[in-house]
Amino acid sequence: MKMKANKNLLKTRTSPVMTVFLVLVALIQLFPLYWMFMFSLKDNKEIFGANPMGLPRAWQWGNYSKIFTAGNMGLYLLNSVIVTASTILLTLLLSAMATYAIVRMKWKLSKLVYNIFLVGMMLSVQAVMLPLYINLQPILSTHWALILPYVAFAMPQAILLMVGSLEALPKEMEEAAFIDGANIYRLFYVIILPMLAPILSTVAILTFLSSWNEYMLALVFISTDKLKTVTVGVNDMVGKYSTKWGVVGAGLTVATLPTLIMYALLSKNITNSLAMGAVKG
Amino acid sequence: MERALRDKKAILFFVLPALIWFVAIALLPVLQSVRYSLLKWDGITQGKYVGLANYTELLGDGLFWNALWHSLILAGASVFIQLPISMLLAMILVNGVKGETLYRNIFFVPVIISSSVIANLWMKVYHPSYGLLNTLLGNLGLTAWQHEWLGSTDSALIACFVPMVWQYIGYHMLLYYSSAKAISEDILEAARVDGANKRQMVFSIIIPQIVPMIKASVIFAIIGSLKSFDMIQILTKGGPVHASEVPSLMMYINIFTTRRYGYASAIAIFIIVECLVFTLLVQRVFGRWQND
Repeated sequence: MKMKANKNLLKTRTSPVMTVFLVLVALIQLFPLYWMFMFSLKDNKEIFGANPMGLPRAWQWGNYSKIFTAGNMGLYLLNSVIVTASTILLTLLLSAMATYAIVRMKWKLSKLVYNIFLVGMMLSVQAVMLPLYINLQPILSTHWALILPYVAFAMPQAILLMVGSLEALPKEMEEAAFIDGANIYRLFYVIILPMLAPILSTVAILTFLSSWNEYMLALVFISTDKLKTVTVGVNDMVGKYSTKWGVVGAGLTVATLPTLIMYALLSKNITNSLAMGAVKG
Repeated sequence: MERALRDKKAILFFVLPALIWFVAIALLPVLQSVRYSLLKWDGITQGKYVGLANYTELLGDGLFWNALWHSLILAGASVFIQLPISMLLAMILVNGVKGETLYRNIFFVPVIISSSVIANLWMKVYHPSYGLLNTLLGNLGLTAWQHEWLGSTDSALIACFVPMVWQYIGYHMLLYYSSAKAISEDILEAARVDGANKRQMVFSIIIPQIVPMIKASVIFAIIGSLKSFDMIQILTKGGPVHASEVPSLMMYINIFTTRRYGYASAIAIFIIVECLVFTLLVQRVFGRWQND
């Protein structure tokens, strides 16, 4: 029997039944996406009759230019990038700062403040949607309408993960820096942030996925078309072009590509991050 | 150093931005929701205090029970259909299959795509005349099975659930897979030396070792179901005639269509309390199990 080099828990051969099952599930998971990609390159004549499943006969790349010219796809992508990037940066910075104060600094209310953040793990956007809709009226026509709640809801898990990580790190470097006369702000920037880098990347990935894909608040808080993010924008576009399936498919494909490319480049980090987020969830 | 770490100004500098942000945007609004839930209010005129009237109305509202029931069915489907499939996949992969990483990555792809894209894609899958599902059925000669999946009261709910279950199979698989991979080699080796077969390995060694992850995954599946919104809002808007309505969607409709802010807030509070209760319940059930 051939043994595999990687960690093979049971060290036994896979039966044909299992292989068939795996292939079948893989097909079920991928086929709708394949089908979407295929109809994004066809015209209605092919989709509706001649060739609903196969490769396109006449490749309709025009569907893709249409979503950027007639539709606002470029703008939606840009909005998503702005909102997601700001959310990630602010979540990382604010959470790391709070983590440092909670784990390393000496003050009476440290445990209480940590627990307040942990309460956030049990909250859901449903519970704050209406109050925020009312409170945020003055900024509902800005990107902040989304960034504010996205950061607020990303911080509890971020702090939980970072606290666990910083607690496990030795204090020697910090002590040495203090002896060398570094002040605490500089120490945070030069020593703590780099030490936290692995967990920061985990939090960045989790925050990217949750804010890039967020739909409910984006639907409720953003009414002007020019501020819409991809999730809501693509949904509107599908409604507008509902009879032109090729254009719909192109919109859905483009909305999916950024995350798919990320996944192709970082699949190991992404799966590790999600597994880690769950353990600490 | 001691003094620097007790510096009040520095502590405030580090902790206040996150704390104020979190309290103002996430914590206080929950209390605001509680207050709204005691009002009869349309958001325009002055709200009127009505005590627990919204909650008593909620408990007597057949439409709410209907929506709640739907979310509970979804939770049940997630726990008893989705999770076993995920577990089976994880156990096969952990067993060491050729192409292990490839399969794992394929199963996981739908997880990272936004639910709004998934919902719109499945809308096309379900399209009565040109959708993937009816086309496939037609090709297989099963024209009698073709159906208006989203437009009929008898199938709308199931049709909404299928893509949700489909999307997250890979997520739960990953949770089981990664925690099984983290089991220490000593434990596995000991079992192998004892001559454990494949089935014994899975049921007596691996699954008991990953119970904490199973607990987490059951909680995620249930809470995700109780709060479900995106997919149904896009696919059916709760219709036809409330056939696929769920509590979050009912809350949304009460805010933006009928403008019953008090009633909508009561639903919001109900949802978070419900999620808390289910979390505690699952923890108790698993606590029993782990002690046995």
